[in-house]
Amino acid sequence: MPEPASTTNASIHCERRGSGVLLIRLGGDWLLAATRPATVALLTELAGPEAPARIEFDTQTLGRWDTGLMVFLSAVRRVAESRSAALDTTGLPEGAQKLLDLAFAVPERAGARRSRSADSLVVRVGKATLQTLDHARELLAFLGRLTQSFGRLLRGQAVFDRADLMTFFYQAGAQALGIVSLISFLIGVIFAFVGAYQMEQFGAGIYVANLVAVAMVREMAAIMTGIIMAGRTGAAFAAQLGTMKVNEETDALRALGLNPMDFLVLPRAIALIVMMPLLTLYADLLGIAGGMVAALAMLDISFVQYLEQSFGAVQLHDLFGGLFKSLVYGTLVTVAGCQQGMACGNSARAVGDATTGAVVMGILLIVISASVLTVIYTVLNI
Amino acid sequence: MAAAGTGQVQIVVQNMSMAYGDFVIQKDLNFEIRRGDIFVIMGGSGCGKSTLLRQLIGLKPPVQGDVFYDGASFWQGSDADRDLMKRHFGVLFQAGALWSSMTLAENIGLPLRQYTRLGEAEIRAVAAYKLALVGLSGFEDYYPDEISGGMKKRAGLARAMAMDPDILFFDEPSAGLDPLSARLLDELIVELRDTLQTTIVMVTHELASIMAIGTNSVFLDTETKTQLATGNPRELRDHCPDQRVREFLWRGVEPASLTGA
Repeated sequence: MPEPASTTNASIHCERRGSGVLLIRLGGDWLLAATRPATVALLTELAGPEAPARIEFDTQTLGRWDTGLMVFLSAVRRVAESRSAALDTTGLPEGAQKLLDLAFAVPERAGARRSRSADSLVVRVGKATLQTLDHARELLAFLGRLTQSFGRLLRGQAVFDRADLMTFFYQAGAQALGIVSLISFLIGVIFAFVGAYQMEQFGAGIYVANLVAVAMVREMAAIMTGIIMAGRTGAAFAAQLGTMKVNEETDALRALGLNPMDFLVLPRAIALIVMMPLLTLYADLLGIAGGMVAALAMLDISFVQYLEQSFGAVQLHDLFGGLFKSLVYGTLVTVAGCQQGMACGNSARAVGDATTGAVVMGILLIVISASVLTVIYTVLNI
Repeated sequence: MAAAGTGQVQIVVQNMSMAYGDFVIQKDLNFEIRRGDIFVIMGGSGCGKSTLLRQLIGLKPPVQGDVFYDGASFWQGSDADRDLMKRHFGVLFQAGALWSSMTLAENIGLPLRQYTRLGEAEIRAVAAYKLALVGLSGFEDYYPDEISGGMKKRAGLARAMAMDPDILFFDEPSAGLDPLSARLLDELIVELRDTLQTTIVMVTHELASIMAIGTNSVFLDTETKTQLATGNPRELRDHCPDQRVREFLWRGVEPASLTGA
């Protein structure tokens, strides 16, 4: 608010009169945008031991006024009511009297005020822990419902729109090719760079090909593709489903007797779970290509040598191990994204939270399952 | 213009209670809706009108009680039974709730495609006809975000009518409409009732609309958390023994001739 052009300073003077009467003289312009005198001391006094029994106002020299005055008057009235002191508002401008009465016309609803005190650290840690547990339970339940949905799909009972499915194949597949290409190619380059520098010291430069190929095919391609898909497709799913929830579109489906799990979640799940291994296979090749570019530039190896070395290093079980992982990551990203979207609240903030939750949860689940799967693979000697 | 529902009892709400967690919103609701009624669920803001509607159309299970459609329990049966019963409903949500990834024609076509054996051309023809009924001819290939709020509402009505439902549910039909459009919608509702014998159940607190077309109603109260009255809204306004109901229906200002009586 701009400072009004010409204001006279607001003033306040208090005068004790006989028999506990306090007269408050208000003068000048009491405007929100102008400087107003401090009233804290006065309000403390009104609530203190020497509180007056009656408060009166004199506003003969009061100029313009707005909410700046009303905030002060409300505070006075609140204190007066709590000390059951009489408040004589006849000295106030008529408009101010009415506004003051209006502000106190509807009594505060019992229990409406929220306590603003924060919980202690222990309580907060406890609540957060319980929340995390709840969340894990919800994710599991959602995975269960998704499995049931796939069951209905196999029995030919799941109802969804074929055109939707094609759209999701496109969104989760073709549209992701660019970013998957870039990331996996660069990961290949980085691996080859680091590897070449170390291995050349032992004259084992050619083994860079093994390093890149095995790392990409067994682990990195699936993980990187998973993380990319959590960030782009999982987040998109959460935002789409969340907005549909806010918009009552999900309710409209249920009112029609259509199962949102089948109609909305299933086609998204199919698309992502089918596309993940394909994208991962593609990322394998791009990663090896990236590694080759770096290796050929740094080391004295030929194109054919590198290729032969790479394909010799990777065995079929490495490839299928990696693809299986990508299938798992795809499922997890779908579950994280769709669960967050379907559990979304009814506000713009909730949609934002759902989207964030989908990405964070998706990446977290990928990393955890990657560790678990690697241990299992090692034990099973795959 | 609003004759009382003359048909037999179609919907019975029995001892229904609703709650969110431990917080009870309404309890002990009992009322009947007859075939051909224009039934109004009314009450102050936050009294649970919309929640009641959600329980009637199967979006939220009641904590207690049940609703019967033509004598058949809605909530005791299996999900599949309930889904079958839902096919006789049409629901118009507050903001239309059109599926945003589909055109208007596709929105209307979805229930037809799922539940009938109509071919694409016929579905398209039905969609065009339903859109024409609500004054949206030519908007078949528009997406919901390309039309205004009032148009979305009308398109939502067209979708609700897609399957020629026995019962049409409306959540705040006139909210967000200008007075003329609101009246046109009222007339359309009466027309649907008269020509197709559709039973109408609507949640609203639009007094003009309640008085103009309502033939039966239930009044929910926030304070006592139960129904205060049920019956024809015009009779409730003039003769309801409960002052709170009369006050609501007179917008808080009862004519002196009635208060003295």
